[in-house]
Amino acid sequence: MGTVASRRCASTSRGTAGPAVADKRMSEDDVVARLRSGMTIGIGGWGSRRKPMSLVRAILRSDLRDLTVVSYGGPDVGLLCAAGKIRRLVYAFVSLDSIPLEPHFQTARQLGAIEVTEYDEGMLQWALYAASCRLPFLPTRAGLGSDVLTVNPGLRTVRSPYPDGTELVAVPALPLDAALVHLNRADAAGNAEFLGDDLYFDDLFCTAAERAYVSCERIVPTSELAAAGLPRLRVHRWMVTGVIEAPNGAHFTSCAPDYGRDEAFQRAYVAAAKDAGEWSRFVATYLSGDESAYQAAVAARLPEAGL
Amino acid sequence: MTACIPSRAEVCVVACAEAWRGDGEIAASPMAPIPTAGARLARATFEPDLLLTDGEARFVAGTWPLGEPAPGAVEGWIPFRSVFDLAWAGRRHVMMSPAQLDRYGNANISAIGDHARPARQLLGVRGAPGNTINHPTSYWVPRHLPRVFVPRVDMVSGVGYDRAGAVGPDAAAFLDLRRVVTNLGVLDFGGPGHTMRLVSVHPGVTVDEVVAATGFALATDGAVPQTRLPTTAELALIREVIDPAGLRDAEVPA
Repeated sequence: MGTVASRRCASTSRGTAGPAVADKRMSEDDVVARLRSGMTIGIGGWGSRRKPMSLVRAILRSDLRDLTVVSYGGPDVGLLCAAGKIRRLVYAFVSLDSIPLEPHFQTARQLGAIEVTEYDEGMLQWALYAASCRLPFLPTRAGLGSDVLTVNPGLRTVRSPYPDGTELVAVPALPLDAALVHLNRADAAGNAEFLGDDLYFDDLFCTAAERAYVSCERIVPTSELAAAGLPRLRVHRWMVTGVIEAPNGAHFTSCAPDYGRDEAFQRAYVAAAKDAGEWSRFVATYLSGDESAYQAAVAARLPEAGL
Repeated sequence: MTACIPSRAEVCVVACAEAWRGDGEIAASPMAPIPTAGARLARATFEPDLLLTDGEARFVAGTWPLGEPAPGAVEGWIPFRSVFDLAWAGRRHVMMSPAQLDRYGNANISAIGDHARPARQLLGVRGAPGNTINHPTSYWVPRHLPRVFVPRVDMVSGVGYDRAGAVGPDAAAFLDLRRVVTNLGVLDFGGPGHTMRLVSVHPGVTVDEVVAATGFALATDGAVPQTRLPTTAELALIREVIDPAGLRDAEVPA
């Protein structure tokens, strides 16, 4: 017995044997089947950058509703607003970056169609970090004196227990039922890496969530992940419930260095959003089939035409 | 010699650059084109230790044209998380563009009208609450109008002196609103009780024009001087190195 055990240990320590880790590969629709109406869902990325758009599109196709969405918002928020999926939005901004204002978000706000929790950007990070650390709140100066405290009357301040006695905003933890993020590469177990210049807050969305779903441009063997540099391996399998291979899955947002933002498509999206008839045509062309139909429609687009 | 006569936009670039004078080794964070040109001009001339980003996640050295990728050496990695750390450490001076600004420096970039159902939704407060309460802040207003300079802003995103003071000395400890540069002149908060004061008017602009374009009473200290003109060297840098494509003229037409 002793001999067998030591062989197993020896071979395991070389990484060549032992039971395989869980294979978490699934489809976008598998993810949606695990979500429920009324859930609080965090969406990673930033503005119109590295958004898990194939997962957002899967939600658009579903009968999910009354979601609380937490996001450094971009077209993810706009599309979910347009489809009437959002009951409450937690955000610091919603922007398309190269186009400052998100038209569907503007419309939803101006119609009073969604409830909102508007925070400072750093407060939002703190809310996710507090949830990640299982703390009830984290203190910060951000928000003091601003109308963030007026429009969120539930926010409280705390006083430092030390001699300085400083008054600070107590940002409450914001635990998520689910997080959706899109990274460049992942393995089947949920270890994932970003290859661009910014992780944004994708790791915090995952750690703040009961379950995190990571879509990626390509699923690769674990042995290939570290080649791009150890600091890029910031999402670990203990954080992750499901892995979805979604090539071009962040379209039309950027996914550097795999691809940049599809600016022509984004302009067309904004133009369509400003007219009900145009928007119906946009939905019919791009958002009435599954993800492969979306990608086929994008590929079939005339160059320069945008749509 | 006509080539040496500065345009209004060029006067604005220099007035923005002056916002960072004396800041030393901190990050200058301009948003709009003319403040971006100003920050690059400041570093290229009188404020060499400033840190500037490529607009994404890198601190880069050198001076380069608006609208073009930064070719200089990368000095550091500054993803958004590090931007927040930098802001909360106080080592940053941002220049934001408000949709509304009041006499105490409260700024709105979030939404116009009732917050529950705004007449016009803008960006959201972004990082303005945390920026203003933690580090030096200036503002850039490319069109000085009464609808921007209002008696009371609809959603306090960037914090002004009265609001910070009402919270108490803790909130005001690091509040440092430096200057407001507009297409008409330069203002600061040196008026009574930290209220807005007209510091200078750009060439060709009268004090009466600024007063008429401002929706509240402006403080002044006697005769208001003219904004300083760009030097010949500054004009050459703006025209040949920092903005050869003339993006400044789209923001403030001649």
